[in-house]
Amino acid sequence: MVEGDNHVKIQQPSPIDNNELRDTVYDFIRTIKDPEKPNTLEELNVVYEDGVMIKPPTAGNITVVRVEFNPTVPHCSLATLIGLCIRIKLERSIPHQMKLDIFIKKGAHSTEDEINKQINDKERIAAAMENPNLKEMVENCIKEED
Amino acid sequence: MGKLELQQTLSKHIGRVWNVSWHPKGDALASCGEDKTIRIWTKEGNKWVNKVVLADGHKRTIREVTWSPCGNYLASASFDATTAIWDKKSGEFECNATLEGHENEVKSVTWSKSGHLLATCSRDKSVWVWEIADEDEYECAAVLNAHTQDVKKVIWHPEKDILASASYDNTVKLFKEDPADNDWVCVSTLTSHESTVWSLAFDKTGTRLATASDDCTLKIWKEYPPNNPEGIPTIDNESSWKCVCTLAGYHTRTIYDISWCHVTGLIATACGDDIIRIFKEDENSDPNAPTFSFLSSAERSHSQDVNCVAWNPKVAGLLASCSDDGEIKLWNFIE
Repeated sequence: MVEGDNHVKIQQPSPIDNNELRDTVYDFIRTIKDPEKPNTLEELNVVYEDGVMIKPPTAGNITVVRVEFNPTVPHCSLATLIGLCIRIKLERSIPHQMKLDIFIKKGAHSTEDEINKQINDKERIAAAMENPNLKEMVENCIKEED
Repeated sequence: MGKLELQQTLSKHIGRVWNVSWHPKGDALASCGEDKTIRIWTKEGNKWVNKVVLADGHKRTIREVTWSPCGNYLASASFDATTAIWDKKSGEFECNATLEGHENEVKSVTWSKSGHLLATCSRDKSVWVWEIADEDEYECAAVLNAHTQDVKKVIWHPEKDILASASYDNTVKLFKEDPADNDWVCVSTLTSHESTVWSLAFDKTGTRLATASDDCTLKIWKEYPPNNPEGIPTIDNESSWKCVCTLAGYHTRTIYDISWCHVTGLIATACGDDIIRIFKEDENSDPNAPTFSFLSSAERSHSQDVNCVAWNPKVAGLLASCSDDGEIKLWNFIE
């Protein structure tokens, strides 16, 4: 340590089993409500257990989680909003350090590349969450009942 | 190989810190982020301390801050669609001009070497060039709609009035004023990256450009002026820019920023895998196919994405970084 270093070491969370992490991630996203239907994303099969994958870690050994979802109709304009809800919910809920990639199920959307790029651009996500209308919509979808 | 040693951690911001910028004299550092404040850090004895907080300039995230070349002004770009110009004429920093015009988030702001021009860019896909007509008078000289998507970053050439921009459309563009009619025009489009180009940096001479992308690569571009001895064709008497080197396989997530030191020639990168990496051009490297070596990285440089790296303009090896983890770190690179 260099003199004057006031850096506080962050406690590494104990290693978590990949299956356990997948279950935890899925438990958080399954209850997200669809932006326009009274159902959850799980009830509509927008999210499903197999859609949560653990990918090879980063160079610093941080876990990379990939969440794939299936918008209900191929031109669903709410796909970006759903992607935003999944990201915000997970970023707020998962206590472990991880990197998150969110993708639309291949072939499920007419402009999937465009949407995938948008929902993984953290600057756009940050700006979207400063938009009061969008923020309210996201908060309503990810609110935990009871 | 070299070593990146942590000198000090500056923890005052709340939430994500987007950007850090050194004063041209190297004796002050400005920082900004999602807490909508600008903080100015100066050295007292051996320690960098925060004495100035500018909290009332913007309504949303402040994405970038940049000092003017004279060091008397500070410009800040915000998600609230405005750019603010701060100065210290009254003795304390005050916002004395607000530049409006972009439709949504302003992502970057940069001063030309002369200090007479300013450029901004936005998610609205446009790049604006502002002329500083009189003190605190900023006039829009051009609205450049060359990019097809958000423009992430703008930066001026270190000597000339040439502007470079990096975009979500995967390209980099160069602009300059046409002396015939004073119109600003796009003179070059650099295509090779396969995803968003987040940042870019000129070397000291301005004849090379380094770009950082979401495709996890770093690219070096070289200028070939008209009638170059290598015989690279040019169009309309404008230089051609060619990608002469691609550094792939080092970064494991998006590269958010790059800084090319004008003192040492070292390149530093800020990556979404939480790591700062240092690269150096090899000795006897062929100018038309240069090679760069990875020198060093700090294990877990930050505990989240690194958003920005900046070499001090005066002190060799002094590097500032900031992160989603809310911290700013000062590093000393020892070769």
